[in-house]
Amino acid sequence: MTVTAIRFHQVSKTYASAKGPAGASFKALDNVSFDIQQGEFFGLLGPNGAGKTTLISILAGLYRATQGEVAVMGHDVQADFAQARRNLGVVPQELVFDPFFNVREALKIQSGYFGVKHNDDWIDELLVSLGLADKAQSNMRQLSGGMKRRVLVAQALVHKPPVIVLDEPTAGVDVELRQTLWQFIAKLNREGHTVLLTTHYLEEAEALCGRIAMLKAGRVVALERTSTLLQAASSHVLKLKIEGQLPPHLAAMSRVTGRMVQFPAHDAAEIETTLAAVRASGVVVEDVEITKPDLEDVFLDVMSQKTCGAAQEAAS
Amino acid sequence: MTGWQTLFYKEVLRFWKVSFQTVAAPVLTAVLYLMVFGHVLRNHELVYGQVSYTAFLIPGLVMMSLLQNAFANSSSSMVQSKMMGNLVFILLTPLSHWSWFAAYVGSAMTRGVVVGAGVLLVTVWFAPLGFVHPVWILLFALFGAALLGAMGLIAGLMSEKFDQMAAFQNFVIMPMTFLSGVFYSIHSLPDFWQTISHLNPFFYMIDGFRFGFFGVSDVSPWLSLAVVGVSLGVVSAVALGLLKSGYKIRG
Repeated sequence: MTVTAIRFHQVSKTYASAKGPAGASFKALDNVSFDIQQGEFFGLLGPNGAGKTTLISILAGLYRATQGEVAVMGHDVQADFAQARRNLGVVPQELVFDPFFNVREALKIQSGYFGVKHNDDWIDELLVSLGLADKAQSNMRQLSGGMKRRVLVAQALVHKPPVIVLDEPTAGVDVELRQTLWQFIAKLNREGHTVLLTTHYLEEAEALCGRIAMLKAGRVVALERTSTLLQAASSHVLKLKIEGQLPPHLAAMSRVTGRMVQFPAHDAAEIETTLAAVRASGVVVEDVEITKPDLEDVFLDVMSQKTCGAAQEAAS
Repeated sequence: MTGWQTLFYKEVLRFWKVSFQTVAAPVLTAVLYLMVFGHVLRNHELVYGQVSYTAFLIPGLVMMSLLQNAFANSSSSMVQSKMMGNLVFILLTPLSHWSWFAAYVGSAMTRGVVVGAGVLLVTVWFAPLGFVHPVWILLFALFGAALLGAMGLIAGLMSEKFDQMAAFQNFVIMPMTFLSGVFYSIHSLPDFWQTISHLNPFFYMIDGFRFGFFGVSDVSPWLSLAVVGVSLGVVSAVALGLLKSGYKIRG
């Protein structure tokens, strides 16, 4: 039997606006509902300001929802906050640290907050798994940004929570840490931990997440298995490297990144038609590649559409 | 250790790791006060008709240092954690508002009592002190430290930056401690200022504390204990309410 690890039910969050007229408000989340089952590796995607961090903060008890219910492993995050938080490990987005302590002290103190005693074996395992073993006695101030990020991950896992939330854990960190981190998190996921990830690196979400929710302006606009999302997108992408400027009617159909231009295409005939139109416009094509769409294509496609009511209905 | 004990331990460790600044410096300041005021006023008439001015001054300085440091500990720790963002490590834990209160106020009391004991240890050699009622001394030290620790917690929760907290410290706590009878017996004041002093709860803390040393005081120690006890109850209730509601720490 699958157990619901995280449940968001009709969650809304309204902030009183600091700017604008008195009484003005801003709706950061609007009736968000979805469940994450135990053992899932779940991705929460959306552009900046879509409400991802607000949703995670409500889950973690850092914010209160204006409306709706949120539960971790069946424990309401407000009414039964102690049990909910024991089941949850959160890696915050901001690179924060306590300058008074070294790495081992920080981890022992974090264990203590959760009432976990004699935790040295697990702390040692975390230090080794996250490449921090030689930094155990270093003061937090002496660590590089990447090392501080690893300590944040270790602090979130120190009480062995069944549900792990990572809020943009790889923002601004090097390739080595990303690899170390993902290997470790994937191992925890294989062992049964539920993982909720937000990231701007869509290739990471595509590689790791079995299911994905996309938020836009506080609303769920897509909620699908990753494979389903990719299948639903156009079946091919025509990638061209061009010299010159595309005429407006072609530019509107494509995604332009410098000299790289990508057109969605469903079949061979559409590819031929598009190529012919590009040639006819007088633009020189230096290179041609036909690929399958990736999550970035899906993401941009979803975000360019109007808010999808179907996703809301499917989720609720 | 349980959760609140860990937070208490962390808060004690926090000030102890910088004890030059948090313990040694206030002890030195108190000694300087004693040397300057004690020297200038050494020919001052006996207070209560039996206590030399230097002896009178010492318990006042001990209590003033204790109160100011208890306040400084909880307020600066809270503001610093908010400003640096590392308060999130505590916000994510299952600790209840009672646990937060016990840990922050307990560690503030610890720092207050350590600094107070330090000041006493260094100044006790300057004049004979009676230690007539040690239980009263201990009682007022603990109640006073708890009251200022809880006030510091409130100031820390309400302040969003250091200058707001510093304003609280410099414009409320400092005048109230200075004008509480640390340096003089309020009986030496004109009637109007005596009345004003009776409205200052800090006066009762220092007067009651001093009673423990000399067995004489401006007002009954029972009255002082009642004022301090009621103040502690009210301030604690406010601090607990703010913690429970997550005032300025949870969105």
